[in-house]
Amino acid sequence: MILSGWGRTTPQACRVSRPRSEAELAARVAEGGLIARGAGRAYGDAAQSAANTVDMGGVNRMIRFDADSGQLVAEAGVWLADVIATFLPRGWFPAVTPGTRFVTLGGAVAADVHGKNHHREGSFGAFVDWIDLMGPDGTVRRLTPGDDLFRWTLGGMGLTGVILRVALRLRRVETGWIAQRTVVAPDLAAAMAAFEGNADALYSVAWIDCLAQGAALGRSLVMLGEHASVAALPGVRREHPFTVPARPRRALPFDAPGFALNPLTVRAFNEVYWQLGKRKAGPALVPWDAYFYPLDAIGNWNRIYGRRGFVQFQCALPLASSADALHELLKVVSASGQGSFLAVLKRFGPQAAPFAFPMEGYTLALDFPLHGQTSALLDRLDRIVVAAGGRFYLAKDARMSRETLWQADPRAAAFVELRDRLGLRAAFASTQSERLGL
Amino acid sequence: MTKGAVLILGGRSDIGLAIAHAFAAAGHPVMLAARGPETLEADRADLALRHGVTVTLHAFDALDTASHAAFVDALPSLPAIAVCAVGAMGVQAKDEHDPAAAIAVMRANFEGPATILAILADRFEARGRGTLVGISSVAGERGRATNYIYGAAKAGFTAYLSGLRNRLAKQNVHVLTVLPGFVATRMTAGMDLPARLTATPAAVGAAVLHAVERKRNVIYVKPVWRLVMAVIKAIPEPVFKKLKL
Repeated sequence: MILSGWGRTTPQACRVSRPRSEAELAARVAEGGLIARGAGRAYGDAAQSAANTVDMGGVNRMIRFDADSGQLVAEAGVWLADVIATFLPRGWFPAVTPGTRFVTLGGAVAADVHGKNHHREGSFGAFVDWIDLMGPDGTVRRLTPGDDLFRWTLGGMGLTGVILRVALRLRRVETGWIAQRTVVAPDLAAAMAAFEGNADALYSVAWIDCLAQGAALGRSLVMLGEHASVAALPGVRREHPFTVPARPRRALPFDAPGFALNPLTVRAFNEVYWQLGKRKAGPALVPWDAYFYPLDAIGNWNRIYGRRGFVQFQCALPLASSADALHELLKVVSASGQGSFLAVLKRFGPQAAPFAFPMEGYTLALDFPLHGQTSALLDRLDRIVVAAGGRFYLAKDARMSRETLWQADPRAAAFVELRDRLGLRAAFASTQSERLGL
Repeated sequence: MTKGAVLILGGRSDIGLAIAHAFAAAGHPVMLAARGPETLEADRADLALRHGVTVTLHAFDALDTASHAAFVDALPSLPAIAVCAVGAMGVQAKDEHDPAAAIAVMRANFEGPATILAILADRFEARGRGTLVGISSVAGERGRATNYIYGAAKAGFTAYLSGLRNRLAKQNVHVLTVLPGFVATRMTAGMDLPARLTATPAAVGAAVLHAVERKRNVIYVKPVWRLVMAVIKAIPEPVFKKLKL
C-alpha cells in the first residue's frame, strides 16, 4: 500500500503488515529492513520502509495504571489521545505532549517528542520509566533509563528495535484548563527576552510572524501557561473541572487548490493573527485541547497545502548563536515571502538522551508548501543552521541530504556505530534512515 | 446510574471487542465470552482500565451447543444485552467440495448463534426485558458463487433473528440485526476491500450501541450498503447467475 508522512510529500509503495502477536512480529523482524509505524504523524519518510513496514496500530491495549505514582503501562500503539480521554477525567495529563495528541506512545518515544515545557522538564523520555524493546533476534528486553540502549532509543527513530510497551508517568492536574498569559513581543529580541524572563513558566511557546520585516522582524505572541487550579476556575466550572466546552471538529474534505496558500494569503493571515493576538494580551483561561492541540480540531489539516503536500523545517540552535541565527533565518524567510502561518519559536532546555533532538537554546519550526522554489530556500536555511552549530528534527524531516545531517549532527557517527555493534542496521531501517545514511 | 451488563459472544473477534469498547465507554459492565477466555486477559484489563467498568471473562464454545444452557446458568448474572459476534468465513473454494468443512462454517454462523440466542431469548422473555443483537451479514441477502456457504448460513441467521424479533416484540425483548458489510478485521485481512464500502470495527461498535439505544431493528453499518444490496437483490436471476461477483 502507498504510505506517506503527514506532509504527504513522500508517497511510496510499502509492504505493510499488522502482526497480532510477538511471535508474528519477531518473524517480521527476522526478515530485516523493518520499521515500526505508529499514527503516521512524522512529517516525512521516518515511518515507512518499502520492504517491511509494521503497522503498530493494533498493538494498543492499556495494561495497568498506578494511581499513586501516576505510572501508566500501555502497549506502544496506544494514542496520546486515548491516554487523555481515559485519564484526564481522573485528574491526570501527559507530562509532555507534542502539538498533536494523535500520536502513539511508541512514536513519541522513538522521536523523543518535546512539548511547551521542554525548557523546564525535558522531553517525552524524561517521564518514561521503562520500555520493552524487541531486538534484531526477536527477543524482548525491558530497558530502563540506566541502560545505554534505552537512552539511544529516545530519538532513535525506531532504528534501535521495535518498542512494544511503555511505562509512562503522568502528571496530576486539578482541572482541564490552562491559565494562559500572552506576552506581545514586537520583535525578535523582545520575544527572546520574554522567554528568558519567564523561564519559570511551566509552558511557553511563541507564534512568530515569519513574514514580518524590518523593525518588526520576529514579532511574536509569546504564550505562557500553567495548569489551572480548581480555585482559579469560575464558580460554575468548579463542579466539573475536567469538562471543557466541546470544540466543533471540522475536516477538510478535499485538497485545497495549489493557489489557496500563496504569499498574499499567508501574509494576510499573519497580519490578522498578529492584530487579533495583540488584543488578547494578558491572562486567560483556555481549555486543554485548544491550548495544546489547536490543529487537532481540523481533521486532515495537512490537506490545506494541496495535493503536493508540504514540508516542515524545524531546527534547534545553541543558546549562544540563537539570536544571530534566528535573525538570519527570519530575514531569509520573510524576504522570500514563502512564509508559513504555523511558525513556532520555543526555548529548549538541555539535551538529555544522546541522539535526542533538543539542545539548550531555541527551536524554530516552519512549514512550506512544496513547490519549485521551496527546495532552494530550505537549502539556504539548512546552511544557516549548520553554520550556527544547530541541528534538525528527524520527525519533521522529509528532504534533508545526508551531507547536511552529518555536518549538523556529529552524533550520527556514534549512532551508526551503535547500530553496527548491536547488529541493528540490517534488521531495522526506514526510507529516512537509508536517505540519511543512519 | 449503573447500566445493564452486555454479554459479548465471540469476544475475541475484532467486531466483538469493538462492540465491547463501545458499550463499556457508555458505562455498561462487560462479559466477554469466547473459547480459551484466559488468553483475553490483556483485553479485559484494557477495557476495565479505559472505561472504569467491570469486565469478566467466560468460557464459551459456540459449536458445543449442548453446553450453552449451562454456560448461561454459570454467568454471574443474566445480562441486559447479549451480542452474538460469533462467525467464521471459511474458504469457499475449498469448502464447497469438503462437506465437513462446509458444515463447520454453517454451524459457526447459524447453528451455534441460533442455539445460544434461543436460550437467552427464553431467559429474557421470562424476565420481561432484554436486548438480543445478532451480527449477521450482507452476504446472507443473496447467494453468490464466491461465498454462498457462509452466505447461506448468514441468511439462515438473519431469518432466525427476524422470526425471533417477531415472536418477542410484545414481550419487551428487542432484537437487533446488524449487517456490517465489509469490515477491516483479521477475518478480512489481505482481501482487497473497497474503501468506501468498508467500515472499521470501531464504527461497527458505535453503530451497534446507537442502534441498541434507539431500538432499531435492522441496520447496515454504512448506509450505502442499503443501496448496494437493493441493487444486488433487484437483479433478475437469469442475469445474476451469469455475473461474477
